[in-house]
Amino acid sequence: MEWMAWTPTVAYFFSAVGVMLLGMTIWQIVSPSIPRRGFLPLVTTRGDRLFLGLLSAAYISLAWTGLTDMNQWYGTAIAFTVLLIVMRWG
Amino acid sequence: MKPINNKAWLLVLPVVLCVAFSAVIPLMTVVNYSVQDILSPEQKVFVGTEWFKTVLRDPELHGALLRQIIFSATVLAIEIPLGIMLALALPAAGWRSSLALVLLAMPLLIPQNVVGTIWQIYGRTDIGLGGVALHALGTEYNYASNSLHAWLTVVVMDVWHWTPLIALLAFAGLRAIPEAYYQAARIDGASRWAVFRYIQLPKMRGVLLIGLLLRFMDSFMIYTEPFVLTGGGPGNATTFLSQYLTQKAVGQFDLGPAAAFSLVYFLIILLACFVFYTLLQQSQSADQKG
Amino acid sequence: MKKRYFGLVLYLVFAILPIYWMLNMSLKTNEEITGVFSLWPHQLTFANFRTILTDPAWYGGYINSLIYVGINTVLSVAVALPAAYAFSRYQFLGDKHLFFWLLTNRMSPPAVFLLPFFQLYSSVGLFDTHIAVAMAHMLFNVPLAVWILEGFMSGIPREIDETAYIDGYSFPRFFLRIFIPLIGAGIGVTAFFCFMFSWVELLLARTLTSVNAKPIVAIMTRTVSAAGMDWGVLAAAGVLTIVPGALVIWFVRNYIAKGFAMGRV
Repeated sequence: MEWMAWTPTVAYFFSAVGVMLLGMTIWQIVSPSIPRRGFLPLVTTRGDRLFLGLLSAAYISLAWTGLTDMNQWYGTAIAFTVLLIVMRWG
Repeated sequence: MKPINNKAWLLVLPVVLCVAFSAVIPLMTVVNYSVQDILSPEQKVFVGTEWFKTVLRDPELHGALLRQIIFSATVLAIEIPLGIMLALALPAAGWRSSLALVLLAMPLLIPQNVVGTIWQIYGRTDIGLGGVALHALGTEYNYASNSLHAWLTVVVMDVWHWTPLIALLAFAGLRAIPEAYYQAARIDGASRWAVFRYIQLPKMRGVLLIGLLLRFMDSFMIYTEPFVLTGGGPGNATTFLSQYLTQKAVGQFDLGPAAAFSLVYFLIILLACFVFYTLLQQSQSADQKG
Repeated sequence: MKKRYFGLVLYLVFAILPIYWMLNMSLKTNEEITGVFSLWPHQLTFANFRTILTDPAWYGGYINSLIYVGINTVLSVAVALPAAYAFSRYQFLGDKHLFFWLLTNRMSPPAVFLLPFFQLYSSVGLFDTHIAVAMAHMLFNVPLAVWILEGFMSGIPREIDETAYIDGYSFPRFFLRIFIPLIGAGIGVTAFFCFMFSWVELLLARTLTSVNAKPIVAIMTRTVSAAGMDWGVLAAAGVLTIVPGALVIWFVRNYIAKGFAMGRV
């Protein structure tokens, strides 16, 4: 494990991903998601929207890092907002 | 509809474990590297998004990315139509078909670095047939010193190597068309083009999308062939993304930037993969309906 | 009719010429290669091939490659079979996402995983073993195998399964005795692709080995840089790397087109 060079930040990140997967699984069992069409040009389930939201969030964060010199947290905040929008209305 | 059965997970489990071992652990490691400055195994400094900042603003990376996109677009624009034409020209059955298929598929089975070696030899102007022939035609062809020539050689090499895959896929798609379709077309007096446009092309759609997906991804990670041919040169004319990444990671041992770059690369692939996969699924469900 | 074959033949000539040229060089002496330009060997020699087939450093590379490619092909198909069956017959929680995740692994560039792979296999003590390379290649071969096999299995009517279960077959017995023979062609095609992609891969195979399991493709690149240019031997080594592929393709030639058509790849 030593060679993996763990840092707390990354550990939290992957724990969050794990919790999210677990949460989505339980949510799916308790109340199965019905595929529907939102503003995205395809029919999606809850899981699809989470994936797309996370992907968009990652791209937005990267664009923030690459294009601006402002604090990274603003970028993260925008990315998180987009994630929520995609989850809710996508 | 397929029955719902969550016990099916047991059947999938071996695959998940195998792939997870080789995919998830390395991915976690890459993420770890990307946020630290690793001076030695004992000395690590957390640097946040610094490496991403460096990598995303690196003009060399922009150059490599641009070259990569142009290269992938070029080989796809040549290989897909050429592969379809070859598939249409292949005899449908008999020994001629077998022979042509085997000859056609030959380049697919050649290791990537041997492909590089073959063209390295073939293109040389002193001992290679291709190079000598081009000189005899009066060109100044030299892949070792002329960037454009090196680039063209890599394109031709890729076309030579991978067009057969598209041809085989398209051929398989063509064979799946029932004879009745052609008979109907003949009765209607449809032109050759109409048969292609309204019968053959739609039936090949599924396999062609798979071919497109595989070729896009594989051309996007091309490494060995240009590496063997000229080592990415002359200059950086044939330094594509993988080449650049490997130089950083193995050549200069810049773990942090290499890892950050890996993640950016991975995100690009993930998006492209999703787009193709969605298209593929839509075409398959369209097939099932019609 | 003649015209359409003309283009095909022209392409096949374009495809075969570079291979022929390498074969031609492998049968020449180095003096002839660099000295005179000849379309076929004037002084036919098998010395280059003899060099390779008698030197353990050379032929050992072929054996190493064949071992890890063999392990990889067998393991990939073995784990992919039940998974492909699950995907083709059932719906289960997260099936689509799992399938997509598998595919992304086929698509991610090996260069991305180079460093962690090196450290991962070193830390579990598998560095420079055939297993390590076979496992690493499973990263892209298993998803592909699942994908191809799933296509084949979906072409087999589900009634066959149901009849067998009614007749009192247990799942393992049904799977091994009835189902696997039915998709024989599919397994052949899948094995062909696993063989192909593992055989041609260089980057991971080179990174994960140093001496004991060094594949032929890596030996070739090092010889080029170290010993100057021994064109004849290099060409002979190249020719020999094509042989296993040519054999495999000859055996599956009747299945390739049919197999492609049934499966979705």
